Amino acid sequence: MTRYLIPLVIFGVLVVFLAIGLGRDPHEVPSPLINKAAPAFKLPQLKDPSKSFSAEEMRGRVWLLNVWASWCISCRDEHPLLIEYARGGAVPIYGLNYKDKPEDALAWLGELGDPYVLSVSDLDGRIGIDYGVYGAPETYLIDQQGVIRFKQIGPVTPDVWTKSILPLAQELNRQGSTR
Amino acid sequence: MINSLRYLSVFRVSAVVFSNGHRSNPGDADEAEGGLFKILLSVVLICSAAIVVSAQLRRPVSNDPPDPAVEQRLAKLSQELRCLVCQNETLADSRADLAEDLRDEIRTQIRAGKSDQEIIGFLTQRYGDFILYRPPVRPKTYLLWFGPFVLLLAGLALLFRYVKRRRDMIEEQPLSKADRAQVEKLLSSASRKEIV
Repeated sequence: MTRYLIPLVIFGVLVVFLAIGLGRDPHEVPSPLINKAAPAFKLPQLKDPSKSFSAEEMRGRVWLLNVWASWCISCRDEHPLLIEYARGGAVPIYGLNYKDKPEDALAWLGELGDPYVLSVSDLDGRIGIDYGVYGAPETYLIDQQGVIRFKQIGPVTPDVWTKSILPLAQELNRQGSTR
Repeated sequence: MINSLRYLSVFRVSAVVFSNGHRSNPGDADEAEGGLFKILLSVVLICSAAIVVSAQLRRPVSNDPPDPAVEQRLAKLSQELRCLVCQNETLADSRADLAEDLRDEIRTQIRAGKSDQEIIGFLTQRYGDFILYRPPVRPKTYLLWFGPFVLLLAGLALLFRYVKRRRDMIEEQPLSKADRAQVEKLLSSASRKEIV
């Protein structure tokens, strides 16, 4: 009996391991920045490059930083959702326009609408490197203390929004208001 | 993408030069020579523009000439690093935009006198251990590093057990007297039947 049982058990363990492996998206590399301070930046605003915006200014607020670009195809998929969520007003969304031409970016916003409180231009992608960006879109949820609490790699989906981002943002806001 | 746009604009300029050259009166020999000159001129212009563009394409961030020592260190270091966009390529081999940016970043850090350890630290801080082709040995990666050896040992143990059991099976066991008697009885009765 054990003659057949042992290979069967080994086979079962293998199947479980392979099934877990197949279910994972190899392109989702877990970010080491979760629960670490969001890297500081001070970048020109997309709509008015003479003004700058820094992550520091968001201290005390829960906010989303969405990395996007006009050349990014998935960003286009994600865009209507962002507009809807921005209208919902649960969390302010700020854009990091990553390695894009400002004129293309502005045209894109003009065509599809602008969900962002404001966007900043990361022309050479240097701030992207600090945030560990390796493919737009990416979205970071940052808390009152400037700590990254969640990172979505790839477009935000309704599932991710309702199950992860929104509950976490509400929780953080609740904690913040009682403090 | 921006680079390819730059290329396009170069072609547009050259197309204008060409068309000007051709527009001069056909049939007139002097003019034709002038046309030829213009074409030559435009070829020279295109070539020089292409050189300018290719110089921009290679774009080391600073304008210093490439330093062989820096490039050598960069090459060695980037062999050890993974490109996150095309995940089975090293940072050295990848032509992804991000790989190019990261190589530039490493280049500037080497120039700034950072050690290899510092640079690797900088990258893992942002992208995690995944950027390393050689994952560090730590409790989380024990299975990865030592799993194969554990499997090898387990396989060897199974093999030895199997071989030993087989040896026990083939080893000759002397027949007991009772067994021998039974065998002979059976054999003799079988041979009798065959004869009959």
